[in-house]
Amino acid sequence: MDDLRKFAFYFRPYKKSLVVGVLCILASVVIGVLEPVYVGRAVDALRSGPTWTKVTGFALIIIGVRVVSGAFLYLQRSLLIGMSRHVEYDLRQDFYAHLQKQPLTFFQEHRTGDLMARATNDLAAVRQLAGPMVMYTLQTVFIVLIILPLMLRISVRLTLLLLVTMPLVSLTVKYFGQQVHVRFEKIQEFFSSITARAQENISGVRVVRAYAQEDAEVAAFKTLNHEYMTRNLGLVRISAVMRPLIQFVIGLGMVLIVWYGGILAVRGEMTEGQFVEFTLFLMRLIWPLIALGYVVNLYQRGTASLKRMNAIFAVEPAIRDASTVREQPPVRGRIEFRHLTYAYGEHSPPVLRDVDLTIEAGQTVAFVGRTGSGKSTLMNLLPRVVEPPPGTVFVDGVDVREYPLAQLRSAIGYVPQETFLFSDTLAENVAFGVRRAERAEVEWAAEIAGLADDVREFPAGFDTLVGERGITLSGGQKQRTAIARAVMRQPRILILDDALSAVDTYTEEKILGRLRGVMRERTSLIVSHRISTVRDADLICVLDEGLIVERGTHEELLALGGEYADLYERQLLEEELAAS
Amino acid sequence: MSATVQQFHEEEALKKFDRGSAWRLVRYLRPYRRLIAPALLLTLFVNALGVVEPKFFQYALDWYIIPKSLSGLQWLALVFLGVKLLQMLVSYLQAVLFQSVGQHVMYDLRAELYDKLQRQEVAYFDRNPVGRVMTRLTSDVDALNELFTSGVIEGLGDVLMVFAIVGFMAWMDWRLTLVALVTVPLLFAATTWFRKHARRGYDLVRTKLARINSFLQEHISGAQTVHIFNREEKSLGQFHEANDDYRQANIETIFYYAVFFPLVDLIGSLGVALIVWYGGYRVMQNTPAREVLSIGALVAFIQYSQRLFQPIRDISDKYNVFQAALVASQRIFRTLDIPVAITTPAEPKKSGRARGRVEFRNVWFAYKGEDWVLKDVSFTAEPGETVALVGHTGSGKTTITNLLMRFYDVQRGQVLLDGVDVREWDLKALRENFAVVLQDVFLFSGTVEGNIRLGRADISEERIAWAAREVRADGFVERLPEGFKSEVRERGAGLSVGQKQLISFARALAFDPALLILDEATSSIDTETEQLIQQAIERVLRDRTSIVVAHRLSTVQRADQILVLHHGELRERGTHQQLLARRDLYWRLYKLQYADDSRRDALPDPTLGESLQYGD
Repeated sequence: MDDLRKFAFYFRPYKKSLVVGVLCILASVVIGVLEPVYVGRAVDALRSGPTWTKVTGFALIIIGVRVVSGAFLYLQRSLLIGMSRHVEYDLRQDFYAHLQKQPLTFFQEHRTGDLMARATNDLAAVRQLAGPMVMYTLQTVFIVLIILPLMLRISVRLTLLLLVTMPLVSLTVKYFGQQVHVRFEKIQEFFSSITARAQENISGVRVVRAYAQEDAEVAAFKTLNHEYMTRNLGLVRISAVMRPLIQFVIGLGMVLIVWYGGILAVRGEMTEGQFVEFTLFLMRLIWPLIALGYVVNLYQRGTASLKRMNAIFAVEPAIRDASTVREQPPVRGRIEFRHLTYAYGEHSPPVLRDVDLTIEAGQTVAFVGRTGSGKSTLMNLLPRVVEPPPGTVFVDGVDVREYPLAQLRSAIGYVPQETFLFSDTLAENVAFGVRRAERAEVEWAAEIAGLADDVREFPAGFDTLVGERGITLSGGQKQRTAIARAVMRQPRILILDDALSAVDTYTEEKILGRLRGVMRERTSLIVSHRISTVRDADLICVLDEGLIVERGTHEELLALGGEYADLYERQLLEEELAAS
Repeated sequence: MSATVQQFHEEEALKKFDRGSAWRLVRYLRPYRRLIAPALLLTLFVNALGVVEPKFFQYALDWYIIPKSLSGLQWLALVFLGVKLLQMLVSYLQAVLFQSVGQHVMYDLRAELYDKLQRQEVAYFDRNPVGRVMTRLTSDVDALNELFTSGVIEGLGDVLMVFAIVGFMAWMDWRLTLVALVTVPLLFAATTWFRKHARRGYDLVRTKLARINSFLQEHISGAQTVHIFNREEKSLGQFHEANDDYRQANIETIFYYAVFFPLVDLIGSLGVALIVWYGGYRVMQNTPAREVLSIGALVAFIQYSQRLFQPIRDISDKYNVFQAALVASQRIFRTLDIPVAITTPAEPKKSGRARGRVEFRNVWFAYKGEDWVLKDVSFTAEPGETVALVGHTGSGKTTITNLLMRFYDVQRGQVLLDGVDVREWDLKALRENFAVVLQDVFLFSGTVEGNIRLGRADISEERIAWAAREVRADGFVERLPEGFKSEVRERGAGLSVGQKQLISFARALAFDPALLILDEATSSIDTETEQLIQQAIERVLRDRTSIVVAHRLSTVQRADQILVLHHGELRERGTHQQLLARRDLYWRLYKLQYADDSRRDALPDPTLGESLQYGD
């Protein structure tokens, strides 16, 4: 109920459509009901001295009634279903905005597929709640409310007889509709296990071939396939009941009219016209009664979906501006980590331990270390992609948590380890982080990132689409695009998290050279596995299991003869090998 | 780019009606003709029952109500009830029959497809991404099912019904029939108009929704990038565009629905009005001597004209489903028709257990065109020997193992097992001679036991337990909640890399093959498991020819022969000691890849002499 109350809020902007739409339903029902009445009168007129004008008059009325009620029907659908599309839009927009506020951890807890399902299937079910359900429910209620007195006026007993049988139509739809739905879902689940099995077989094709398991696999699939067929046959037996049963219940109503209505008409308690009228009323009731059963199921699914969506809406973003946050003076770029110890969860071991480091504005500091030594986490803490504990990470002497997120992040140009490009033009991807960009600026950034030469060879230059709908960039091109994107912002702080790994050393050299020019006076943090990338840094830190184990310049660390020196030697060997 | 264009053209070509695949589809129905024949008869019957219904109203009016006679009315009602009951039963039976046929045909098609996929060579799966293959097996087969569930076959019944009704009406009063049928072309026109726009609208809505979905997917995956670059507002704006487009597309489509439904009602009323008007005129011409049209017949006429509507509206719908099903079947048939390149020769020269002599004779191989992955590679492994393959990523080590099991055929030269070209071996027998342990261990969902046994029913539980014990996998397996019966989740989630490897060693040992192919994992493993794995490797290499893509120092040291591959060429060969002494490629590789092992190696290895100290 609480879910529905929150949902009702979404109707507020469309109150007018809702009210007018409901009035249209009423109008179309009231006017539409005149058709059977006039057909009945026409039949009676034919029995008792008909005239040409009279009959023509009835024919014209029958058409006229439909024209008017049809117009209202048109308005009703346009308004109410239209409204449901607006509500759907608002809800989806809010849902996305809400997702967007969530930090990295949220997306680690909620799988993409699950979020997508809520934004698509659940939202569609909720939309049905807002549109079709409202429309059909009211339509049914109005039709019943208006036809019932008309039927009672003709014959109370026949009406009551029909009242006993006709609701069976709704019950059939509701009961079997639900049964079929539940079973269908279960079968779908089973089907996904077949799919998973087949997918596994195809992914593991080499193992299957190597162990000559084809026949066994075929046999295993056969069992599943057979089971699937058997379950489906079971479903068929149930789902095939619905239509014939509904037809029968309607037929039962017809039989009752022929029999009891016939008796009444013979006895003169009902005219021939009213006999015909009754059958037409019954036909009028069929669709609304079917819809009623359908609506009940829509309601159940819709509210379940609404609950799932609200569960997401209820998650407060874990990283956001505290209410006390105030705009800070422009960032200059002095960074401090003060005895920073960080673990991803209360029970997980720390990934960073007592990191204490000061980086002056304008300095270039490099971080090396094995995979899992905590380098990326350290980088993520600075723009608060991952939330640092209070009093551990400072920019210009102010705790990063005291900055408005927008201000902090806009001072940073971040090139993450895994490049993420959007399926858009190259220019859009480069200018991703700035409000407005001149083409010249994009070209400038691309030039620095060593991307410009590649772009010249693309079919549409900077307007070339990348990703799904466009060309596939190589790993190195992607990385350079990401660098251009960061450079484009002209940030006070530049973070390169292993951002040149797919670029060859020669190109790397050139990019680093140009970056040095741009980043003079600005702070750079560089994470890399390659000595060539880090050797010119003002300071090199070697991380191991979350600890800074060595720090110094290239020469100092070589002289130290520790991890760094070891790494250096291995890379020399590798280069030699590549050259041979 | 051109590949997509080509595929697009293929899809286009498929859309054209293809009589060949329609007939081929009929062949799949043949085994079930005993179900289909009665189903068709029932369809005729149920339609006939439907056609007589309005007659009951006519008779009620003409025989009883108007003449004011009650005798016999109850019988009329009873017969009517009987007809309705029969109609229910028959239409139920008919639906069940047709849909059962559908289920069986789908079962057959899926089985046939799967069987075909099992016989396809590995290269087929290199060319066709898993997703596409799965589509054949799932959505395409499902599209065929629509043929049966949405009643395309009953659609034939619908056409019959239309003719039957019109015939019945004409028999009752052909003049009135002509007047009543005036609405049919109107209905056709309205339906065509609606179908065209609704279809276009539907396509548009689908495209817009796909855009929303891909935007969402992308921005959920790229959420971090959006944050870091303060892109929230702009992304929300972009999302608004996609979302709004979708809304607009939907609202445009509503128009057609909002017009169509009242329009059909109006056309229906026009029919009723025409029948009342002209029928009324006919009724007025009745004389006591000659009845031109009874009132009952007039009422029945009204009902008949309404009954025409549904089938006419459905026909084009069902035709569309039919076409979609045909296209899907064409895609399925195409998959079934792709020839399998790697098969057992007609008269295999050899089958049965191999002794285990492996020979590569001047082998050249490329996965594609002239990009040689192996260049003139020759070597021999005698039965029982262990050969270690060493080299950088991409040097061709894994390719050698692939060729040995005949996942691919060589372009030049020969691969021989026991002196017989692998292409002349019985394919199944050839592969049964191998066991593989791949770097990225592939576990199937099922139990631990099932993963060791795979499909070989003849491997007993004792043998599984023995194999596990031999490779020291028993320790951790017994600690699992249900031991060997524990479920392995998808792809072995929940087990460590090392544990997965131990299971695959047990699998290899349980199969007791003549040859073993081992692709050692590079990923780091905790010391304890590492020790177990080294012992396991030693155990499985014993008594059989083994080809090892080696990453461990202990493995290369133990090898009878080390082959050093560099850019597809066999550059050095010999034992560990011999190669180290050359101080060339191997020596450098060794220092890079294995030297670390020698320093950190927790296992004191007896073969590790002074000469192998770091820095040698």
